[in-house]
Amino acid sequence: MAVDQATVRRVARLSRIAVTEDEVAHLQGELNAILAFVDELAQVDVSGVEPMTSVIPMTLPMRADEVTDGFYPARILANAPNAEDGFFAVPKVVE
Amino acid sequence: MTELTRLTITAAREGLAEGRFSATELTQAYLDAMAPAGALNAYVLATPEKALAMAKASDERIAKGEARALEGIPLGIKDMFATDGVRTTACSNILKNFVPTYESTVTSQLWRDGAVLLGKLNQDEFAMGSSTESSAFGPAVNPWRRKGSDKTLVPGGSSGGSAAAVAAHICAGAAGTDTGGSIRQPAAFTGTVGIKPTYGRCSRWGIIAYASSLDQAGPIARSVNDAALLLRSMAGHDPKDSTSANLPVPDYQQAVGASVKGKRIGIPKEYRVDGMSAEIAALWDKGADMLREAGAEIVEISLPHTKYALPAYYIVALAEASSNLARYDGVRYGERVPGRDIIDMYEKTRAGGFGDEVRRRIMIGTYVLSAGYYDAYYLKAQKVRTLLKRDFENAFADGVDAVLAPATPSPAFGIGEKSGADPVEMYLQDVFTVTLNMAGLPGIAVPAGLSSDGLPLGLQLIGRPFGEEGLFSLGQVIEEAAGRFPCPDHWWK
Repeated sequence: MAVDQATVRRVARLSRIAVTEDEVAHLQGELNAILAFVDELAQVDVSGVEPMTSVIPMTLPMRADEVTDGFYPARILANAPNAEDGFFAVPKVVE
Repeated sequence: MTELTRLTITAAREGLAEGRFSATELTQAYLDAMAPAGALNAYVLATPEKALAMAKASDERIAKGEARALEGIPLGIKDMFATDGVRTTACSNILKNFVPTYESTVTSQLWRDGAVLLGKLNQDEFAMGSSTESSAFGPAVNPWRRKGSDKTLVPGGSSGGSAAAVAAHICAGAAGTDTGGSIRQPAAFTGTVGIKPTYGRCSRWGIIAYASSLDQAGPIARSVNDAALLLRSMAGHDPKDSTSANLPVPDYQQAVGASVKGKRIGIPKEYRVDGMSAEIAALWDKGADMLREAGAEIVEISLPHTKYALPAYYIVALAEASSNLARYDGVRYGERVPGRDIIDMYEKTRAGGFGDEVRRRIMIGTYVLSAGYYDAYYLKAQKVRTLLKRDFENAFADGVDAVLAPATPSPAFGIGEKSGADPVEMYLQDVFTVTLNMAGLPGIAVPAGLSSDGLPLGLQLIGRPFGEEGLFSLGQVIEEAAGRFPCPDHWWK
């Protein structure tokens, strides 16, 4: 499968990465090179094969449903680009 | 005191225990060796004050007779591991000012055992690469050069800074991570020993996530025994990582030097890929001879789905990466680029913060997970993954104890040589290493010889799940037969 330029723009949007018009053609070439490479998988017969969900057989452990961590908002906010009054601050979302 | 940096970890521990030198002197020797090694660009952050404070604490423990397993041993840490109060960037601009307020489990276990932090080591951005050229801090440089040449070579990747620092004796050992070969390929390129343990052997908690079902931590060291010592501290169950294995950690050093007599070693015929260099093929044969000499039995085996490992890997890894890296949105941590609304802010933040290779990988990962393509790509790749694992299970069921293969298709290449228009050329570096990550198996890379132009070449041994001890025994046989490969020329000094 190969992607066209409209798909490159759509994938960039889904990825939330801004791309300029100049970059689209270049990205299209790179993405198509990678997709051509992974298309080799079309040759493999996987009928009746289960997809892998856990590489080492193990069941996820259960634990008591209780609060074991937290209560340090200053540490949580320490790396925030913009924090106000104990909250992460972002541009206005609701008009 | 520069000779102190020549010691193995085992020899350094003996010297410390006998009082021949102090942990402070050992740490200072490494700091003195790091200072003039800027040309290698192995460290992205040195922490000399912290190192000396930790060494002082080690000296106090030693004086009281309370030395722990790695007391006073100076280590470098790949910048994927969150270190409390010490900048951690994954070598990405999007995290260039990130200072964690917590410590990764693996590094906390190294400090619990008395190790000393020298600094944070260079890598490909978010561990995505095989040369350390995609680092936001610029490429790390291999301490090795071709005979008679002063061309700079890559140290491999993504743990390239770690491997370069160990080979250049500017740390006693290093902690790296391996998603598709990122410990083993750089170890092979620098004449060092690197082990990727079984998936689940080391906790992933506090390691910056790339592809969660493939990522594992492991050591890079100058000898098999040093790697065994480091892995023992790094490994172990952690309730904070639900995929970490609740199994006791063996004393891996006991396995170093243990007999390999009667062990069955598989040589997978599918690894004789088209265009394999005569040099790599000869090294592989030599490795089989070394193990045979030590009493192992060499058998040819078939791992029929090998050729599909690399394409399946690039689907699984990139899909998981696109999901994991969604967290870099300029809100909770990392850099923010302002925008006219929140979507615009996200898009500008991520366009500004991620380098070209990371952007490519996120976009491919997003594409293969998007509506209409999930079954054709991601689901298919996870089915191929089941087949890859089954290949190994069949070989192990037939009595094979371990598999011997080359670590890399070539020796170290030059900086800029593989960064052309086609990203796939770099991906082919992982052809012998990714299969293990896909199957969750442990693998060790051990230096075994030199190329015609004088560069180190590595062999890889692949074990059963949680069969790291067997790998240390077999790796030691190679080390004893081939010798160690110290970097001959410290040209950067």
